[in-house]
Amino acid sequence: MTSPRAQPAYDLVVVGGGPAGLAAIDAALELGLRCALVERDRLGGNSLQTGSVPSKSLIRSALAVESARGSQLFEAMRGFAGGVDFAAVMARMRTIRARIGEFHAPERLTARGVEVFFCDARFVDPRSVAAGAATLSFKKAVVATGARPAQSDIPGLAQLGYLTSSTIFDLAELPHRLGVIGGGPLGCELAQAFARLGSRVSIIQNEPKFLPEEERDAAELLSLSLSRDGVETRLNTTVTGARAKHGARVIDTTNNDVHASIEVDQILLSVGRVPNVEALDLGAAAIDVDAAGIRVDEHLRTSNARVYAAGDVCMRRQFTNVAARTGRMAVRNAFGAARARHDRLLIPWCTYTDPEIAHLGLHAREAREQGIPVKTYTILMQDVDRAIIDAQDRGFVKIHVREGTDEILGASIVAARASEMINEMSVIMNAGIGMRALAEMLHAYPAQSDAIRQAAVAFRLNAAVNSRP
Amino acid sequence: MPHVRLTRLSDDELIERLQQGAFAYLAAHANTDNGLIADTSRPGSPSSIAVVGMALTCYPVAVQRGWMTRRAAAALARTTLSFLWDSPQGEQPDASGYQGFFYHFLDMRSGRRVWHCELSVIDTALLMAGVLAAGRFFDGDAPDEPQVRALSEALYRRVDWAWVLHEGTLAQGWKPECGFLHYGWEGYNEATILYVLALGSPTHAPAADAFAAWTLTYQWENQLGRDVLHSGPLFTHLFSHAWIDFRGIRDAFMREKRSDYFENTRQAIAIQREYAARNPRACVGYGRDFWGITAGEGPYNLGTLPDLRQRRYLGYMARGVPFGPDDGTIAPWAMLACLPFDAEAALRGTRQLLEHHPQICPEDKFLSGFNPTAAVDGDPWVSQGWVGLDQGLLVMMIENHRSDLIWRLMRGSPPLRRGLKLAGFDGGWLR
Repeated sequence: MTSPRAQPAYDLVVVGGGPAGLAAIDAALELGLRCALVERDRLGGNSLQTGSVPSKSLIRSALAVESARGSQLFEAMRGFAGGVDFAAVMARMRTIRARIGEFHAPERLTARGVEVFFCDARFVDPRSVAAGAATLSFKKAVVATGARPAQSDIPGLAQLGYLTSSTIFDLAELPHRLGVIGGGPLGCELAQAFARLGSRVSIIQNEPKFLPEEERDAAELLSLSLSRDGVETRLNTTVTGARAKHGARVIDTTNNDVHASIEVDQILLSVGRVPNVEALDLGAAAIDVDAAGIRVDEHLRTSNARVYAAGDVCMRRQFTNVAARTGRMAVRNAFGAARARHDRLLIPWCTYTDPEIAHLGLHAREAREQGIPVKTYTILMQDVDRAIIDAQDRGFVKIHVREGTDEILGASIVAARASEMINEMSVIMNAGIGMRALAEMLHAYPAQSDAIRQAAVAFRLNAAVNSRP
Repeated sequence: MPHVRLTRLSDDELIERLQQGAFAYLAAHANTDNGLIADTSRPGSPSSIAVVGMALTCYPVAVQRGWMTRRAAAALARTTLSFLWDSPQGEQPDASGYQGFFYHFLDMRSGRRVWHCELSVIDTALLMAGVLAAGRFFDGDAPDEPQVRALSEALYRRVDWAWVLHEGTLAQGWKPECGFLHYGWEGYNEATILYVLALGSPTHAPAADAFAAWTLTYQWENQLGRDVLHSGPLFTHLFSHAWIDFRGIRDAFMREKRSDYFENTRQAIAIQREYAARNPRACVGYGRDFWGITAGEGPYNLGTLPDLRQRRYLGYMARGVPFGPDDGTIAPWAMLACLPFDAEAALRGTRQLLEHHPQICPEDKFLSGFNPTAAVDGDPWVSQGWVGLDQGLLVMMIENHRSDLIWRLMRGSPPLRRGLKLAGFDGGWLR
């Protein structure tokens, strides 16, 4: 016989006030739940503080510099050779961050009845969390503590000192020479942005291509774009060590049997992220965890049936949109309002290089691996009027279609505005719209997203040709 | 033939003259003591094993065309194969090869590895294709011919293709200093011949599903209004085809797509022409009869031209269509190498090039790269000297257009037939 327990103080306790946690709170309020939020730093999470918001602010400034400097495009700007005021670039980033951060002011939550605790959280037992001096008992909890940049295991680098996405936005001076270790999305974005702002940038990637998850043509276009911006690209290259030399930092590398050294002033390490789980005492609540993060089932439930997880702490795709969606999903699943599966999510993502590289759904290769006959309808941005007008005509739209049908399986877009265009694809795919119907949908003209309609028109033409006797 | 201006020749005369010109490179840059052929015409160039493979395939052409006696060709083939067979194989860094493979570049005299280059899997495949072609052609009892056959079989049987099976597909290379090279094959490319010869090996074939694992990375695309198994650089649509007659035979992928690899190259050519006609990078000269965007030499960093677009020249690069890279460089030989697939397009483009830019074909041999967008002192950029691969491929492709000689030889090659069948090819002449 179990001992009687006090009624839990809260329907829901959310640990972590980033995109996943805040979305969980919103969902809980919609359901009329009494909830508490524990956040150890500031609301908004990595995305706001050290992720999407600051990096895209910097990228926008870099694009402005590039547009001015690449002044062959615009006669009016020809001859621009002005320097970059890095302090102003960073000040703009901080202003933007503060403005967007206003949306996440704790007062907005407390005004809606949420109790917000700014302190560390740890589980006391399977039904309660210690938040500072308080113990919060719950019916359900959502862990949404996010992830942080992985630390270096490169010999010598820790002693030498390096930047990560958590610290690079605190730079006061533009590094004269920047070494970027890691050719994933963040490494590529910041390598290009800092090169445009005036740093001499080398980027080192231990894979044969940048953005290993993307298809070859996208990765190759990115390589060329980085080179065009003056980034020195080193693919297939492993960092073997780092050391100091005459006040500079030296990165030692090997590419098969070729050894080289790169001298830089600052090093950005961008080699993945690790989940924030150590301080939570998950064992006290019988919550299983492994190197990839908290283990959840397809409904985001942990090994403790009362506790769910959401966002970077448990998801392979560590994107803000995924965090927000899974935060909401976790709460609705936990309280029986839904029984949604995170593995069924159609996730659009984008790397914010120039051109941007976005994807949704299946890659052609994934379709083939699943035995799905796939055909890709490709439109080049160089054939899209608005892209030509905008001098943004590098890239492509590829829509992957199940052959013999007009069902869209996925899309890959490389374009200056791929992040906007992939969202159109997301609507199309979620609505179940096929290529035939898409071909009939009017698009504003001229627009870069007309490439999507053109791909559907190519499908229609192709279908007509193939149906001839 | 009197030396008249190329463009005044009839089509047949022009083709003969350019084929002979290309073969003259192989003859002029061979070390007749060991059969090795120089990679390029530059002084001190080492030998490329792929060019040796092409040369071994071209000797039968030269015999057929009366440029060499059969006896001399057999002797040279035997010299080549004997030298390859006797060259040191092993893990020592200055060997000629290892596990039956050969290093990409060998010293022209000693046959030893140069430049710390890689043991090249694809280039060994191209070499072995030539080794097998010579073994097929020299089928008589005249001096050297039985030895050519025996050496051909021995060299092919020695290659341990299974050794390079790496994570399900064939690795690109190996070095004694660091082991297997860390590059991936992704998507269609020139490697079909490699997989076919590997699978056809009676001694060291990898698992047959290696081919299926590679073809999983294929991209079947509708580009510029045409369906194509995509690969950007034009040469990737040609190299395997120099030996294999893909007309009418299909693997599982092509059966699914109701195409074949021959038709696919035709589509790739049409896309090259359409791309050049659209000319999105405003490259000088580009048009439906000015194309041939492929891997090869090109101008390097000449700076920015007075143009609305920022240009960067790419040097040696695998250029491709339609995604690029494209800096306005074409390979002048490439259009003619497409003769078996689209003779009219090949000849129209080649004639136009020769008419307007005769400097790209000195001594009846096409240079490797040409870029009229990148002008140096007002003259279009041209590469220096000749490249063996260009010349060998041209001899072979022209011959396939003229007589099917190489295709016929290889259609009768047991390893090639076995490899194709194990890769899942069926139909046509393979029945």
